[in-house]
Amino acid sequence: MSDCCTTPVFTPPPPRHTASEALRTVALIGPPNSGKSTLFNRLTGLRQKVANYPGVTVEQRMGRMAGIDRDDLVLIDLPGIYSLDPFSEDARVSINVLNGKMPGTPKPDAVLLVLDSLHLTRQLMLAAPVLALGLPTIVLLNMTDLMEARGGVVDPLRLAQELGAPVALVSATKGTGLESVRIFLNRHRGPGSDYADEAPFMLPVLGNALSTHTWAAQVSLKTGYRAPLSAENSRKVDAVLLHRFWGPLLFLVVVFGVFEVVFSIGQPLSDGLGDLLAKFGAWSTGFLPDGWLRSLVLDGAWKGVTSVLVFLPQILLLFLFIGVLEDSGYLARAALIADRVMRTIGLNGKAFIPLLSAYACAVPAIMATRTIENRRDRMATILVTPFMTCSARLPVYMLLIAAFIPNTYFLGGVIGLRTIVMLSLYVLGFWAAMTTAWLLKSSILKSSDAPFILELPQYRMPTIRSLGIRLVDRGRVFLKQAGTVILCVTLALWALAHIPPHGGKMPELTESVIGRLGHFIEPAIAPLGFNWKIGIGLLTSVLAREVMVGTMGTLYGADPETQTQTLQTALHHDLPLGGAVALMVFFAFAMQCTSTMAVVRRETNSWKWPALQFAYMLVLAYGAAFVTNWVVTALWG
Amino acid sequence: MRVLSDLQVGECGILVALDLPPGVQNHLMYMGFVPHAQVCALHRAPAGDPTVYSVDGIEIALRRETAQAIRVEDLTVEALVGPEWAEAVS
Repeated sequence: MSDCCTTPVFTPPPPRHTASEALRTVALIGPPNSGKSTLFNRLTGLRQKVANYPGVTVEQRMGRMAGIDRDDLVLIDLPGIYSLDPFSEDARVSINVLNGKMPGTPKPDAVLLVLDSLHLTRQLMLAAPVLALGLPTIVLLNMTDLMEARGGVVDPLRLAQELGAPVALVSATKGTGLESVRIFLNRHRGPGSDYADEAPFMLPVLGNALSTHTWAAQVSLKTGYRAPLSAENSRKVDAVLLHRFWGPLLFLVVVFGVFEVVFSIGQPLSDGLGDLLAKFGAWSTGFLPDGWLRSLVLDGAWKGVTSVLVFLPQILLLFLFIGVLEDSGYLARAALIADRVMRTIGLNGKAFIPLLSAYACAVPAIMATRTIENRRDRMATILVTPFMTCSARLPVYMLLIAAFIPNTYFLGGVIGLRTIVMLSLYVLGFWAAMTTAWLLKSSILKSSDAPFILELPQYRMPTIRSLGIRLVDRGRVFLKQAGTVILCVTLALWALAHIPPHGGKMPELTESVIGRLGHFIEPAIAPLGFNWKIGIGLLTSVLAREVMVGTMGTLYGADPETQTQTLQTALHHDLPLGGAVALMVFFAFAMQCTSTMAVVRRETNSWKWPALQFAYMLVLAYGAAFVTNWVVTALWG
Repeated sequence: MRVLSDLQVGECGILVALDLPPGVQNHLMYMGFVPHAQVCALHRAPAGDPTVYSVDGIEIALRRETAQAIRVEDLTVEALVGPEWAEAVS
């Protein structure tokens, strides 16, 4: 590794003529999981999502190459491809961009071809069709630090001669070797200025996998490539994690552990944060005159927004866990284990990856379905993804569980009742997703079994940097949501709770506009055990689920009877147990997220699917909440 | 002649041919499943299917029905380098 910082760059003879047109766009292309997005982040200084499984990037992303002081150049990050024959939706995106057929994305003038040096022979198969495009190309051999550490050898100069393109050794994670990219780009002033005419020599017949492979094998042989020893550690880990008995057991232990941690560490943090925010609110509004303004700021906005904000610790803990799963490479193994279950419902294990990442958020998960090759399978996965318990449901569940479920422990303090209830809600969502997928796959989306082909990446230790970036980004999204959507909703609610004036004074809450609206819809939700305030909460939560908690904070804060109580206490006295459990079940099933509906509309190219999804999930949520309320009231009411 | 799904965990074979629809076949070949490649069965999923195979230094999981359509032969010198070279090597 001593020579990690000297970057051998083979540079063929200088261009014979220079085009006047300047270089503008550069594309990053390479096989799946070869580290393109990590490199993209290095070159642009942006924070594109990266993780350790094939198919993380599913659409083209553009950024200015600020990381190497070339702000004038636009870099396009593309989904990974094995060849230029599209096999799935994400690969089609890459191929269209490369050919300049993607609306809104300029045709690239130069190409950075990223190849994972650990598996060079196979990765070279992509070099042939990419070089044949005739665009100025530099080949970046990524992960060379790992390759050398494991005893691999490659001669970049020979490789450059064989390919007729410059070759550089880089490590995207460490950020070494990137100056070669700058040298390459400075040398190329415009399209068609270079090898386009003396294009790739000795390239194989394109479109034939076998001849391409033979060519790639010859090239790697000639360049003295010695593949590094395969990572024995990964196999040893897999021998345990894919073990017939230990594998599934460990999976369950990890899942239980996570929820236990979310409660035992997250809850006190969240309570502490809540106290702090409440004190700060009371202190800072002490300057305001006692009247409608203080009421608006403290009881309206502050209580509403902070009732959601306090759940930040739990959400970050959950994201940390999902980040570790994604970055370590375990996600692909989970898909493998789940394949058996997934096939009984007519899908394959690949559909499990988006479903698992939907525990964080359904929007990126629905995008991630692009890696599913079969169109109908993909459609079914998109339609069931919103059933998975996303992190926006967490505040609602946490609030209701803390208010209604006693904090008792079983098995000598190992498993808490609250953990069990929380897990049941997760299982319920998963079960609904599976059943719905099965219904879809055995009716309107019936298709023959698509083959299951999944590349398992080697395990990697998640880096603090990458996990930190995820948490910061997520925290920012959460705070932004609280500062915009939730703040607006709570302000509007406070206003509606205080008009129309009654004899020159503020009206009773039940006489206000919001009170009347709530009482108007109450008959529709009364069978579920909900009161009118919950009804208003359900209406506002159509925007996003966590708005529910903000609405509750504002409404109970505006009500003189509950003003002094914490939201938990207020809810506990105002809602029967049946209604509380029914409310959790309602949230498990209902589609309350405008962002998800928008992304489903985009990915399916029609309003028909999100409309169907919304209606189906609403009916299911209503029915299940009705039954739950009835059963819980009969048993414990 | 055996098929890939016949391999026991830990056993290796030499790939002979793929009898799959062209799209799938091409995709698999780009992933390294080409004739004369050495393929080893590494792990089975806890449910017994799919199986993880190593080919060309990477690990790929396939279901039994896909692996059944991939013909392999026993690991011999002849299978690895072809009949014309086998004698010279041995």
